[in-house]
Amino acid sequence: MIGSLFGVLFDGFAYGMLLFLLSVGLSVTLGMMNFVNLAHCAFAMLGGYVTVTLMNRLDWPFFATLPFAFLAAALLSILFERVLYRRLYRASELDQVLLTIGIAFVSVAVAAYIYGTVQQPVQMPAYLRGSITILGHTFGVYRLFLVATSLVITALLVAALEYTRFGAQVRAAVDNQRMARGLGINVDGAFALTFALGSGLAGLGGALAIDIVGLDPAFAFTYLIYVLIVVSVGGLGSIGGSFVAATLIGISDVAGKYYVPQLGAFLMYLVMIVLLMWRPAGLFGRR
Amino acid sequence: MSVATLTPQAYLHAQARWTPVEIAFWLATLLPYWLFPDYLSLASQIAITALFALSLDLILGYAGIVSLGHAAFFGLGAYTAGLVSKHIWGEPTSGLIAGALVAGFVGYAASFIVARFRHLALIMITLGMGLLLTELANSMHWLTGGNDGLQGVKMWPIFNTFRFDLFGKTAYGYALIVLFLLFVVARRIINSPFGLSLRGIRENAIRMPALGARSRAHIRTIYTISAVMAGIAGALLAQTTETVSLEVLGFQRSADVLVILILGGAGRLYGGLVGAIVFMVARDQFSGNTPQFWYFWIGTLLILVVIFLPNGILGGLAKLTASWRRA
Repeated sequence: MIGSLFGVLFDGFAYGMLLFLLSVGLSVTLGMMNFVNLAHCAFAMLGGYVTVTLMNRLDWPFFATLPFAFLAAALLSILFERVLYRRLYRASELDQVLLTIGIAFVSVAVAAYIYGTVQQPVQMPAYLRGSITILGHTFGVYRLFLVATSLVITALLVAALEYTRFGAQVRAAVDNQRMARGLGINVDGAFALTFALGSGLAGLGGALAIDIVGLDPAFAFTYLIYVLIVVSVGGLGSIGGSFVAATLIGISDVAGKYYVPQLGAFLMYLVMIVLLMWRPAGLFGRR
Repeated sequence: MSVATLTPQAYLHAQARWTPVEIAFWLATLLPYWLFPDYLSLASQIAITALFALSLDLILGYAGIVSLGHAAFFGLGAYTAGLVSKHIWGEPTSGLIAGALVAGFVGYAASFIVARFRHLALIMITLGMGLLLTELANSMHWLTGGNDGLQGVKMWPIFNTFRFDLFGKTAYGYALIVLFLLFVVARRIINSPFGLSLRGIRENAIRMPALGARSRAHIRTIYTISAVMAGIAGALLAQTTETVSLEVLGFQRSADVLVILILGGAGRLYGGLVGAIVFMVARDQFSGNTPQFWYFWIGTLLILVVIFLPNGILGGLAKLTASWRRA
């Protein structure tokens, strides 16, 4: 029981890290612009399909595909930001929800048209498969890799946000957008860059997610719900909040499915609603 | 616009008058009996969807409450009506009332939560409630049949005279009458001082309490009414199709009804009705055996509507006729 508890905790943590990668970009962009982007996971899905295509059709090694998953999602998101999102920054959240749901619908249809509705098969390289035993506990190698990657990315993100000029601008814009503009900060530019970075991370997350949760066109909606839960529970614009929320939700989801499978995701939704009623701005949100 | 010179009472009276276009619209709803007798089942589905969209219009179009989980009430009504007919009796009108009561009761309880929030938290809470109910219905296999759907729904003839037939003749008439009655109710609500204050809340939720309107109480009232209507729509679906599947509660249905309302024009009584007709007929014609491509067109349509037609089809038409009159 103790051994399985440890295993569940570890698997849940790894899953939480995946959710963190998928959601951190949305959290920061929502905090900056209050733009409800329900197409966020469509960018994640794009990253996944880029990796699948490069690996299965062109025989690229797994690691070589990851930068391209990031870049493809980031570049496409810049295009969308310039052409579509930009028009709706001052519109009601309903319009934003509708536009981005529309984009998500289109992405699902396009993915189904090109790749079909089946799960995409992926063969991970040998050194990422199997498991190793440390101190009597068994760890999946891929999950260890996932946790390590996410921790490195988190550290980089926090460092970039805390210690660079760009990070300071982003923090200022999240805290008080109008004041930041008044001080001469190019909020739009900073936002566009953050948006691209966040979508890129989602794309990377989508690529890393294939081995754990699979990839099919429904990804854009299935994981959107998880991502939204992470963002709203963690609090907008808070990287630390997203990290904690993603860990909590990853562990509680895996633990719930392991110990009380008949309840399904019921517990997680209940926890989210209760948390939001207690703190509508999320655990770490300030508004 | 001459509206500014009217007193509020005169404005409401003018709005409440039935126009010839409206009367023509309702007479035209009888046309399927003669023009498309093969499509009466679809027509009854359209009437049910229109009622569901109308219920969403009351909270979203008029009170400005964005909900991504309105199917929760639709599903509650559907399961209640289905269970009543399976375990108690198959009398249709009492099934409708039971569906309305259960959905209304849950809607009233939920309205205390909904009235406290706005923006993202509201979207997430409504979404979460929908997902919660779906999971609940799925796990309560002994009651709902879970993924297999609720089997064994058998309806008696309406008032012991009108038997539900294979072609949907009775079903369409039944759904249409219920839709019309509830439409009249909704119309009365919207053209009342209460309806006006709802629009005030939509436009400025902070100023309305300062003017003496009890915003949260108003939101609770309209949310409960809307839940009742959605429940009746769900009950109608369960009774006319004699089956209930988990899909009645799902996110897809909540998203679809949102699309329908936006397409037709939110904040207009006929928005949901027009949207339902266009959406359902288009889906019937185009989706066929590849539903994913249908969503490509729906997505494209949504993007175009948001950018070029912010008030839906009816809003676009109103703009056209206004500019035509000026010219």
